[in-house]
Amino acid sequence: MRAKKVLVSGAASGQLLRLVEPVSFWGGVSSDTGVIVDADHPQKGAAVTGTVLAMPHARGSSGTSSGFADLIRSGLGPAAVVLESADMMLTVGAAVAGRLYGTTIPVVVADLPANAQGLWQVNGEFLEGFSS
Amino acid sequence: MTRLGNVISVHLTAEERSLLAGESGPAPAFAMEILSDVAEAHGADRFVEISQAHIDGCLYHAPVLLDFANRLLDMDASVRVPTTLNVSSLDLLHPELYRGDRAEESRALMDAHVAMGCGPTWTCAPYQLSSTPSFGQHIAWGESNAIVFANSVIGARTGRYGDFIDLLCALAGRAPLTGFHTDEGRLATVMIDIDVPDEVLDSDIAYPLIGFLIGKLVGQAVPVINGLDQRADQDRLKALGAAAASAGTIGMFHVVGVTPEAPDVETACGGRQPGERHVFDLGDLIRAKERLSKGSGIVGAVSVGTPHFSLDELRLLAEVSGGRRATIPFYVNTSRDVLAQAADSQLRATVEAFGATLVTDTCTYITPIMEDVAGDVMTNSGKWAYYAPGNLGVGVIFGSLHDCVESAVAGEHIQTDKWL
Repeated sequence: MRAKKVLVSGAASGQLLRLVEPVSFWGGVSSDTGVIVDADHPQKGAAVTGTVLAMPHARGSSGTSSGFADLIRSGLGPAAVVLESADMMLTVGAAVAGRLYGTTIPVVVADLPANAQGLWQVNGEFLEGFSS
Repeated sequence: MTRLGNVISVHLTAEERSLLAGESGPAPAFAMEILSDVAEAHGADRFVEISQAHIDGCLYHAPVLLDFANRLLDMDASVRVPTTLNVSSLDLLHPELYRGDRAEESRALMDAHVAMGCGPTWTCAPYQLSSTPSFGQHIAWGESNAIVFANSVIGARTGRYGDFIDLLCALAGRAPLTGFHTDEGRLATVMIDIDVPDEVLDSDIAYPLIGFLIGKLVGQAVPVINGLDQRADQDRLKALGAAAASAGTIGMFHVVGVTPEAPDVETACGGRQPGERHVFDLGDLIRAKERLSKGSGIVGAVSVGTPHFSLDELRLLAEVSGGRRATIPFYVNTSRDVLAQAADSQLRATVEAFGATLVTDTCTYITPIMEDVAGDVMTNSGKWAYYAPGNLGVGVIFGSLHDCVESAVAGEHIQTDKWL
């Protein structure tokens, strides 16, 4: 399938982790462990590291960009992010991490199928699932 | 420059091409590169010049912030527009209040921003400074409550900026022309009717509760609120917006007959029908108050001034406390600018005689300042009530400034608002 929009272009694959609620990257995910630590989040304890992380959008906070960039810095971030709606703060965080650390992760907007799970790949504007 | 897969290409003026080419140095080029990527990814086909910026990235919470600031300093970065700074982790006027272990990194990050030419204002309420923007001006502000206030109450135009991009806009002197910078992006799509007994709107406390409900309800949409009147003054709209931007992700609201772009519902919605309509009644407000009160009910301390207290709010505190004395710790967050004005007018002496600890440059919900509290913390701030339990692990009692003072004097929770 094709992404509706490419916010940060790149290629990566990982197990799909679908968040039922937006997570905040300012304090919601630990850049020391890659684990969701937001006490109110229903998926608290899940690790985002290496996943294709799907969520509606990031939960709003002025610290979203730096929290996201710090997760990329620590190497414990997701492999790729798939959003339901564009989020400028994630674009900024990924762009800054790319320039500071020479590494970034793809961020796209796409409507994943309701039953999507397993291994997924993001490559530019293309997304593909490898198990049913 | 990273090329993205989208088809829109950003139109650049001659000056912008020059900045991007590095003719004004490496820092503006660095800023323009990232901003061009962002503009392209988010459908802005050009930039808009900004008259000022407010930077949120001076609050230390991750190593990447110092890496970013140091990279910019290496490039001799300097802001191109007047720029104010948000709160940091430290109170430079009262450094003894800080009880954490990140003072060194926090200070380095603050110094880096000042070295780039930002003004050491250290406040989350830049709209209370004399530099506050005017109606229609394009600005690049970070800090969610300031963004909402600028767009909604002043009618200035800022995107929902945060760490990095606010400073990048300041270094480039411009922002991608999209979202709240455009007429279309400012139109309301959700209508909210406030249907409560009239006397409820005399209570300060009603406004952050309405804000909390709006934040939970509307997501990123722009709401138009019907049913408020001139009693919704600047400090009350500040409290409403701060609570809404904490509980949700809003960047702008309209209040019919009160805020400058909403003389009526039709104008606020650009002549279209709102896509959704909701009503908030008294029961909704009471339930919101219960959701914001998470504690044992035993009050151990009070914290007010999130966002930073205005001079009017300090006056109100002086008036309500009226020569009495708090028996528990009572923290008041405000800006060094407001504090200086208060010192001139004896207001500071009055508030300190009441027993208040004045905190500037930072805020009690983001940094370890409060001493160990025996019991809950009472606050009149929806924003403080929303974040503090997670950040500080404390219980919260939500109440009006009047009740915060009465409770602090009595040393027990007092609630006088009958409708709650």
